[in-house]
Amino acid sequence: MDNFFEKFYEAVIIQDRWKWYLSGLGKTLLISLGAIAIGVFLGILVALITYINKKFGKFKILRQICNVYLAIFRGTPVYVQLLIMYLIVLVNSPTLWTAILTFGINSGAYVAEIIRSGLESVDGGQLEAGSALGLNRFKVMIRIVLPQGFRVALPPLCNEFIALIKETSIVGTIGEVDLTKVAARIVARTYEPFVPYIMIALMYLVIVIVLTKLLKLLERRLARSDR
Amino acid sequence: MTDNRSSSNLIWYDPDAKKDSLLQICGLYKNFKKLSVLKGVSCNIKKGEKVVILGPSGSGKSTCLRCMNLLETPTYGEIWFEGKLLTPVDPYLHAEIIRKSKTYQTLAAKNNGKNDFEILKEIKENDLLKLHGEGGDYKKAIKEFYKNNAKNVNLARQKIGMVFQHFNLFNNYTVLGNLTLAPVELKLKTKAEAEKKAMELLRRIGLEDKAQVYPSTLSGGQKQRVAIVRSLMMDPDVMLFDEPTSALDPEMVGEVLDLIRELADEGMTVVIVTHEMGFAREVADRVLFMDGGVIAEEGNPKELFANPKNPRTKEFLSKVL
Repeated sequence: MDNFFEKFYEAVIIQDRWKWYLSGLGKTLLISLGAIAIGVFLGILVALITYINKKFGKFKILRQICNVYLAIFRGTPVYVQLLIMYLIVLVNSPTLWTAILTFGINSGAYVAEIIRSGLESVDGGQLEAGSALGLNRFKVMIRIVLPQGFRVALPPLCNEFIALIKETSIVGTIGEVDLTKVAARIVARTYEPFVPYIMIALMYLVIVIVLTKLLKLLERRLARSDR
Repeated sequence: MTDNRSSSNLIWYDPDAKKDSLLQICGLYKNFKKLSVLKGVSCNIKKGEKVVILGPSGSGKSTCLRCMNLLETPTYGEIWFEGKLLTPVDPYLHAEIIRKSKTYQTLAAKNNGKNDFEILKEIKENDLLKLHGEGGDYKKAIKEFYKNNAKNVNLARQKIGMVFQHFNLFNNYTVLGNLTLAPVELKLKTKAEAEKKAMELLRRIGLEDKAQVYPSTLSGGQKQRVAIVRSLMMDPDVMLFDEPTSALDPEMVGEVLDLIRELADEGMTVVIVTHEMGFAREVADRVLFMDGGVIAEEGNPKELFANPKNPRTKEFLSKVL
């Protein structure tokens, strides 16, 4: 037991190392939230373009651009994308921005497909009923199709956000000190992997559980219209 | 695009009929890919008239009704509502625009025994507009037309109520929200006004206690009655019913038909596609029997039900009555 406390002391208390964990946690949360924000924005945009193109035949060129975007970012590993962005595309920008942007754009591709399938699950009759009342396409989309499609998309979106948060653990590769990198650095000094890695695993777990709870709450609120 | 229409069953827009006509359908064709569903339907619906469309399934009656408020865009033909053209210009002929050109007017003035359609076709096929230097104006007019058309259609739809077979109540709104959404969004009423009117209408159908519930908790009959008053919120000039009772339990058909009958008695112009023969006979001023994408027979319900002239009508009625 003394041995464990000794390890714990070495991994967390000495030299204020707990502060490292906190700053790493902050970075992980910042990158995740930033990426989620970018991803949701991009995803909704791409999903709307794809959906409107399918239903109304507009935005033909934009649709092609979206297809290329989806193909590239879903077809290559996010690790490779991160390296390309860091080493080739955004050479002179801060690594934090590079990380947020890369994960955001990558996640946007998945979010787009999730939201598109949500929109497509909305019964065509809903759209027709809205049009028949004289609402224009924009209003029908905003008031009727999007809210209903979003509700269907919420559980898989939750999944995507969870995957994204965990994926951010690779940003250490480009020199960003997130939760995982902090643990790795501490292990490099103490040669005792047990405490740091178990600790950050628990931290990831807590983040994911809190997020899941929040989204479940939202889901229940949106489900009021069910029987 | 090939123009496979015969000019015989085309009746083009007749401005003289404008006065008492609410909705005019002129030479309507609708193709879904290679399947041709409507093959030249023309009819004229007057203010206050109750028209029932009958016919076997696949005869194009629902498609015809859905074309009336442009939920389906006709392949050819024109739809006029309250003196305004709703169809995007006939994609082959662009009749409305050609009619405005000098070329058309001079040809029509000469009129060598040709009807409107033949003149239009001659102009289009021989590219007379370009020859007479009106090609640029023509192209500009078409662009302008498409731009304005979308707005016109949305305006017209506010005055054309539509009731669907599957109700199509908005699932993400309460019953009250369903009723007030369109009038408030379109700024026709303030929220308070809309809610007041909605409650009046709900009281009328005896569902005021359901104002705050979501549609998923209503029965089929209740849903359809809410759908009907949702259209009434817009104070429509004509109501289109697309098989309003086909998706209902038999015991709920009555309550919906009663409401439609009530509206008809109040003088609302209604067009109904239905399989309820008894109801058709009772309510209709005019019955259209459709078969194979054309109106096979039309007439007053008593005559049409008692001694149908068209053999297809006879066969159909003998099966269903």
